Amino acid sequence: MLKRIVYGVSGAVIVGLGLFSFYAWNSSIDPIAPPVNADYPPQVIEQGKILAAAGYCSTCHTTPGGEAYAGNYEMHTEFGTIYSSNITPDVETGIGGWSEAAFNRAMRTGVSRDGHHLLPAFPFEHFNKMSDDDISAIYAYIMTSIPAVNQVKKENGIPFPLNIRWLQAGWKLLFADTQSFEINENKSDQWNRGAYLAEGVAHCGACHTPRNALGGEKYDQMYQGAAIDGWIAPSLTSTSTSPIPWRAQDFYEYLTTGNSPYHGSAAGPMAPVMHKGLSALPKSDVEAISYYFADHSDAKESDDPAANSNLQTAIAAQHIQTDLRIDEGARLYATACQACHYSSDELVKGRPLLTLGSATHLDQPTNLVNVILDGVRNDQGISGVVMPGFRDALSDQDISAIAAYLRQAAGKSAWPELQQKVSEIRNQPRFEQ
Amino acid sequence: MAKFILNGESMTADVESDTPLLWVIRDELDMTGTKFGCGIGTCGACTVHVGGRATRSCITPVSSVEGAEITTIEGLSEKDDHPLQISWKNLQVPQCGYCQSGQIMQAAALLKDIPKPTDKDIDAVMGGNLCRCMTYVRIRSAIHEAANAIEGEQS
Repeated sequence: MLKRIVYGVSGAVIVGLGLFSFYAWNSSIDPIAPPVNADYPPQVIEQGKILAAAGYCSTCHTTPGGEAYAGNYEMHTEFGTIYSSNITPDVETGIGGWSEAAFNRAMRTGVSRDGHHLLPAFPFEHFNKMSDDDISAIYAYIMTSIPAVNQVKKENGIPFPLNIRWLQAGWKLLFADTQSFEINENKSDQWNRGAYLAEGVAHCGACHTPRNALGGEKYDQMYQGAAIDGWIAPSLTSTSTSPIPWRAQDFYEYLTTGNSPYHGSAAGPMAPVMHKGLSALPKSDVEAISYYFADHSDAKESDDPAANSNLQTAIAAQHIQTDLRIDEGARLYATACQACHYSSDELVKGRPLLTLGSATHLDQPTNLVNVILDGVRNDQGISGVVMPGFRDALSDQDISAIAAYLRQAAGKSAWPELQQKVSEIRNQPRFEQ
Repeated sequence: MAKFILNGESMTADVESDTPLLWVIRDELDMTGTKFGCGIGTCGACTVHVGGRATRSCITPVSSVEGAEITTIEGLSEKDDHPLQISWKNLQVPQCGYCQSGQIMQAAALLKDIPKPTDKDIDAVMGGNLCRCMTYVRIRSAIHEAANAIEGEQS
């Protein structure tokens, strides 16, 4: 009897493994000679350039100051360090030998030309929502317009057993949304265009949707916010902690100027998303994305921020004199921050009101502390305007005093163990682009 | 190599990317109107404009102003005749003078955003600019006078 059970279980395991191997195995697609310009009409290449920007391909496939698309951008994940691939058309170290079919398969299913599984830091489950034409355009652009760079990819720092590539097939089976994009008939064309872009090429959910313990997106909590790259990608839904609701026009202003006066500026990993990415899209596409997210955030276009009591309270609160000799946070704020972060009776764009800002209202101090430490560069937030970084100027105690003061002035409960958190955020790997 | 626009002219400086903007302006480009005070962004002596906004240059790494437009006290007006510079002279605001270029740059940014500031507005925005000689009362008067002058010009 026992023998029979052992045989039965062993048999089932062997058959299961066999079936899984069959499922996990992917054929190699033969290499080709790289295509040339003449193979694609110029308008297709131009469309590919726009889409490659809107997919931030270069952000993750280029090291800071390095050759475009040559890879080795360092990503710190909870599973270890990952280096991005060289996607220049170099035959030896890049994707020069990839046929369009191989590129399409990689974009849709996360399988490399030679058949090995790519790690899900590459958001193929989003790119799979794109049309064949759009994927083809990106291929045309990369293969014809990006200079080939011979640069070997560095070894990932992913420990065993997570580095076994065929296990990724299991990950995909369990966690990846493999559905192609479907039009929602109950929504407008503009909404569907926004959904197509946001869920597909712009892969907004890759950062803004929380992930499970194994890194799979929790689709039932789509866009509800998550920690990423040492920052918090805030919730874009009605669960947002922002005191002023995000309307379509607020999203639009944020995505086109790098700042929404009622919410905050695009800093950290969000800065290249708007400055190097979505800014390449036509106005109507950014409007569509804004419209799509406003629908998720439940804000109404008729919600006038100027009439919102939270705004009035925040403006009035600026005029309450705190005893600067007693409150260290208020004193440091008056000294180091208020020259810019003060708006009299009317909110002025470029003078962000921090008691109103999203960063002050998040459950974690991460974003606020990151900005105090490293400021906002010319190519982040509002173009042309910078904020200095206080990393070498203020201590953890100073920064936590300022953050605590702001949090209190915003009427929110104190962030627990704030000084400890400031120290951790100071010492985490800095997001670089 | 750092590149930016200083007082309307393109500038390049061969410096490390983490060099503070103030050092580049003073030591590399020899424009010494902007002063070094505390070095930690809490006294205002080093204030310049980046994109028209008051910025403490001592803690701003030059890499973060790549391509930006920067104005120092030398470039605030063509003939030293910004309304604030005139009112500063009229009311004899400076005493030792060390903090004054930072004070004027900060005040110029203030008047752009808040053209008719109250005393409270001035205290709030100018509070980060320290003056060891305690000329605060005259600074405040000079800002009001300049605000009136600008309003007069426009009407």
